[in-house]
Amino acid sequence: MFAELGHYALVLAFVLAAVQAGVGYWGATRGDGRLMSIAPSAALMQLLFIGFAFAVLVRAYVTSDFSLLNVVENSHSAKPLVFKIAGTWGNHEGSMLLWVLILALFGASVAAFGANLPQKLKTLVLSVQGLIAAAFLLFVILTSNPFTRILPAPFEGNDLNPLLQDIGLAIHPPLLYLGYVGCSIAFAFAVAALIDGRIDAAWARWVRPWTLAAWLFLTAGIAMGSYWAYYELGWGGWWFWDPVENASFMPWLAATALLHSALVMEKRDALKIWTILLAILTFSLSLLGTFLVRSGVLTSVHAFASDPTRGVFILALLVFFIGGSLALFALRAPALAPGGIFAPISREGALVLNNMLLTAACATVLVGTLYPLALEALTGRLISVGPPFFNLTFGPLMIPLLLLVPFGPLLAWKRGDVYAAGQRLVFAFGAAILAALAAAALTGARGVLAILGIGLAAWLVAGALTEPAFRAKLFQAPLGDSLRRAYGFPRSVWGTMFAHLGLGVALFGIVASTAWQTETVAAMRPGGESIQVAGRTVVLDSILPRNGPNYSETVARFAVTDAGGRQIFLEPAKRVYAVRGTPTTESDIATIGFSQLYFSVGDILMDGTTTVRIYWKPLVTLIWIGPLFMILGGLLSLSDRRLRVGAPRRTRAAVVPAE
Amino acid sequence: MAMTRKQRRLTLIAAAGAVLVVAVGLLLFAMSNRLTFFQSPSDIVALAPPPTDRIRLGGMVEEGTVVKDPDGTVRFSVTDFSATIPVVYHGLVPDLFAEGKGVVTEGHVGADGIFAADTVLARHDENYMPPEVARSMENAPSLPPAGAAPLASATP
Repeated sequence: MFAELGHYALVLAFVLAAVQAGVGYWGATRGDGRLMSIAPSAALMQLLFIGFAFAVLVRAYVTSDFSLLNVVENSHSAKPLVFKIAGTWGNHEGSMLLWVLILALFGASVAAFGANLPQKLKTLVLSVQGLIAAAFLLFVILTSNPFTRILPAPFEGNDLNPLLQDIGLAIHPPLLYLGYVGCSIAFAFAVAALIDGRIDAAWARWVRPWTLAAWLFLTAGIAMGSYWAYYELGWGGWWFWDPVENASFMPWLAATALLHSALVMEKRDALKIWTILLAILTFSLSLLGTFLVRSGVLTSVHAFASDPTRGVFILALLVFFIGGSLALFALRAPALAPGGIFAPISREGALVLNNMLLTAACATVLVGTLYPLALEALTGRLISVGPPFFNLTFGPLMIPLLLLVPFGPLLAWKRGDVYAAGQRLVFAFGAAILAALAAAALTGARGVLAILGIGLAAWLVAGALTEPAFRAKLFQAPLGDSLRRAYGFPRSVWGTMFAHLGLGVALFGIVASTAWQTETVAAMRPGGESIQVAGRTVVLDSILPRNGPNYSETVARFAVTDAGGRQIFLEPAKRVYAVRGTPTTESDIATIGFSQLYFSVGDILMDGTTTVRIYWKPLVTLIWIGPLFMILGGLLSLSDRRLRVGAPRRTRAAVVPAE
Repeated sequence: MAMTRKQRRLTLIAAAGAVLVVAVGLLLFAMSNRLTFFQSPSDIVALAPPPTDRIRLGGMVEEGTVVKDPDGTVRFSVTDFSATIPVVYHGLVPDLFAEGKGVVTEGHVGADGIFAADTVLARHDENYMPPEVARSMENAPSLPPAGAAPLASATP
């Protein structure tokens, strides 16, 4: 009964979305206030209906309602509750429902919190949102209905893929989708501006908080996913340049560029057309990501061709939204008032360079992701584009960007002075040299590139601290004076500092853990010989059988003793999930300072002989602490905007005379 | 400092052009040097690729060939039923690595004709096998069904 109501709610939500798109557009173009006022209500109701449908599906999972095909295929009554709930989106149908739920959430947020938007712009934004929602609801209803019944209902389900039975599943997809789908708001604003034919600095102020929010979620989602892969897949890698990862990384790069270009538009009323294009591209890349992950095209071009309904549907949506928005852009962008041209050496000049490098880097990732698919489809040749390819293309484009990051905030708007900025960065340069020398001394000068990398990371961290330090006149004025100044900073100053600092912190982790990790593979017996790993003594203490709620495991208990005699125990395991009979490897990790010891076991023989792989990963946790700093920076920046730009008004004339 | 409008525009275009040229150059270079080609055992026998080429070798782990040394070295043979290539790998193999099952390995063909793998990918669960494996065994006696799941992998 509930399932039918859920299905019906989805159909109603589709109708509401269509009304929101159609009536909204009609009202906005006719300038009819009564028609326009329908759009926000429709957006709120749509959230209500999709929310209801989603709640129904969650309920079906929690109560193990095996009359639903989707629940049978992906759940089991013995599964722990948290994975029953998370399992709702651990499959194609459920995750698409989550996708449209989040889309509706963003649409409703614009409706609820967009009170300071001009009514026409707001209605057009909601209309575009409604169109996206209608298209994807149709996709869910026609090809991916999670409420399909099965008759007769089986007594038990097939359980969820064991790799997904992890707390990561509960958090990672929702965060990532909040990021992906959040990009739709900037897209809707861009399309609305193109339809409206008006764009100005106030537009950028409205768009930036939404983009910032989407960027925050994307950052958190990607970092979270990376840590999940790191501990779950059992071999200690944290980034694979896998197409699924690239699918989320490309919108992140584009959104990062968009954040920076919207800044130029807001402050200097320039780069307008480019910003619009970036907003369209960012969401297009999100859609492309959805297509790559959801159509099955990655498994094989042939698998895609053998069951093409879903893939072709998403591909059609992709072509419609990307093609449509780009066509609109081509038609209308020339009519928009162009922004001014500015001096190359200036804050805006630096931000343009940032945009060029980020988009170029994004393009190389795009080529690396799509080229194998195109080659297989066209010639049938199979290739894999892996880390060596991306290290050679993405890497060299990132290095100049990272070198230039500390300069950006130190350059003035309009006309910057590289020499003065350079003088201020002398401290940061000194810190970089010191860090590189320290790294060389500590590691016995192993790996020149890694030592330079450490220097670059220190340059980024110290460079990020430089701007607030000079602004507060640290060490130039009395300390109390500096603190008072620092207290009075707009929060966006701290936002920039933390975001750039986070980049440096993450780079420390990436360089150190890649260059100086050690790997030990050994066969050990309980109570047998010990081995040495990173100055610690490791012995296999015992082998223990253990039972979980829906699996049984064999745990290898290792004792690790450091030079000071402190002992810790690690318990990596081999698990077998009863229902699917799939074995999985559960690694165990000990965090020591910022570094980690990572244990993963292979075969455990009858006599207890265990093959174990032990990694020592120096500073590896910094890889994920860096994004935490970026998120903190984003949050500070976002809170600043809410206070300071609570009600952005159109202060400038819509048409700005050329410079 | 006082640049004309035209000069400023030219600077912008020149910078954009430079970034574009560098990006395209890197892509072309990477494509000629850093792509890994998938080959079946028959391909390797026929083409005899030099040790410098990074190759993905896919096929079936031949029955009775897996030898695990105590130091973590694993030796096995990969076959597509018309040719067989011996493989050596140091490290832990994935959970579903087994004789008679599909496997993809990445590495180089050594001068001795033994394939030195640095990565071993196996089918992920009972319903999945890497697409390359399924494809290279199209003529094999029994073809397991292909489904959709990410690769489980192991790399030292």
